[in-house]
Amino acid sequence: MTARQERLARLAMPWLTLAVLLAAWELACVLLEVPEIVAPRPSRVFEVIVQRWDLLLRFCLETLWTTMIGFVLAIGFGLLLGLAIGASPFVYSGLYPLLIAFNAIPKVAIVPILMIWLGIGALPAIITAFVISFFPIVVNVATGLATIEPEMRDLMRSLGASNYEILTKVGIPRAMPYLFASLKVAATLAFVGSVLSETVGGNRGIGFLMLSASARNDSATTFAGLFAIAIMGVAVYAACALMERRMTRWAFRGELVR
Amino acid sequence: MIASASPPLVELNQVSLAYGEGRERTLALADATMTIAKGEFVAVVGPSGCGKSTLMKLVTGLIPPSSGEVRVRGERVTRPIKGVGMAFQNATLLPWRTTRDNVMLPLEVVEPHKRRLRAERAAYFDKAERLLASVGLGEFGDKYPWQLSGGMQQRSNVCRALIHEPEILMLDEPFGALDAFTREELWGIMQALWLERRFTTVLVTHDLREAVYLADTVYVMSRRPGRMVKIRKVELPRPRTLETTFQAEFVDIVHELRERIQMEHG
Repeated sequence: MTARQERLARLAMPWLTLAVLLAAWELACVLLEVPEIVAPRPSRVFEVIVQRWDLLLRFCLETLWTTMIGFVLAIGFGLLLGLAIGASPFVYSGLYPLLIAFNAIPKVAIVPILMIWLGIGALPAIITAFVISFFPIVVNVATGLATIEPEMRDLMRSLGASNYEILTKVGIPRAMPYLFASLKVAATLAFVGSVLSETVGGNRGIGFLMLSASARNDSATTFAGLFAIAIMGVAVYAACALMERRMTRWAFRGELVR
Repeated sequence: MIASASPPLVELNQVSLAYGEGRERTLALADATMTIAKGEFVAVVGPSGCGKSTLMKLVTGLIPPSSGEVRVRGERVTRPIKGVGMAFQNATLLPWRTTRDNVMLPLEVVEPHKRRLRAERAAYFDKAERLLASVGLGEFGDKYPWQLSGGMQQRSNVCRALIHEPEILMLDEPFGALDAFTREELWGIMQALWLERRFTTVLVTHDLREAVYLADTVYVMSRRPGRMVKIRKVELPRPRTLETTFQAEFVDIVHELRERIQMEHG
């Protein structure tokens, strides 16, 4: 294989894998005569996607924007908190155990509480997406800051640099690859959060669509919703990965720089 | 010696340093006394873990001594002093900056350069380029650190330590991680820079040949807790070359130091 063929083959691999999996699923449904209500054939799911794309798109966009608002809030808040925790041992020892305790709470448990406080609508979904996705950002940014080489810190201090200068010239750029790595995890988690909230109790979004479709035993539409969430997740992940490559080219040390 | 005629720039009087508290307290440095004249090149050698690096942090005021006192320019040191350049064994160049931007980092922090940098960017840019050229890195300013070899990274590291024209240069085993050929090449470069600018230098190393090649005075430290057990003036003519390192006089000094350190291990 030439280098070019190899590159093309690698680009084709995920699509091939997907095609094989879907074909196996289709075949299994036909051979085992699985009733559609249990598991619809992929071809049936695509049929529904094509037939009801306007409906799916509307609910998808609702989910997408609540997720994105939650995600952006998580980036802002996570970055600030991560910087505070990474920069100050006092903030670290004060907040870190609480954060871990909070992160251990199943987020599904807080949705009903949010409903009581905020009613149904976009707000509980935004908050759930935010709450579920900020933790990895905080941890990663704090790690990036806390692992500054002691020599570098000594060097900056001997030059008379203030803590603020050490933070802006060394700490923050150094934490950037950690931030972007966490965004890829956080982006998909944000979808988990918003769809969770929509499914537990809501009147909007793809989670609500799936819930009402399954209540009508319309499993093809439910699966169409699942596919839609997966596609949105991959798209947002890809956007984060692209941004990562743009912003922290240096962290990839040459071989991955394009 | 001109150096010993001028008043001392750095004085350490009976300086001790202990880390930790209570039962975990360990003495890293005990009763260190030394005087460094302005423009002098001092090397500190000793067995590993003898507190050589601690000594550097004490002189620059990064850590306060547990007892005794450190004076620089006659004033007692209580916080990081001004006019210091530092280079470590680990080059610690920032990977997101080009080599030139790394070298210019101190200019963004140290006054008065910090104030002038924006207005006189071009002049400072030239200055960094000239310094890089003087260590043979004239064409590498735009490269990133990870595109340079280990020796080149260390040369940039030394440039970063010198760009703001510090009065005191602290070198903590800066050539320790390099291969023998590159190391000897850098001795020559270091000596040339020093002969030209005459900054006061403290070099911490465990390479005795390096110490004798570069220094005016070599201090030998004991095992932990480190104390000064020998002071040896090196009065070989400068500039010293690799040829010098094979001369009987040079070899004798290295032997003498080696024997003293051997006693510490015995």
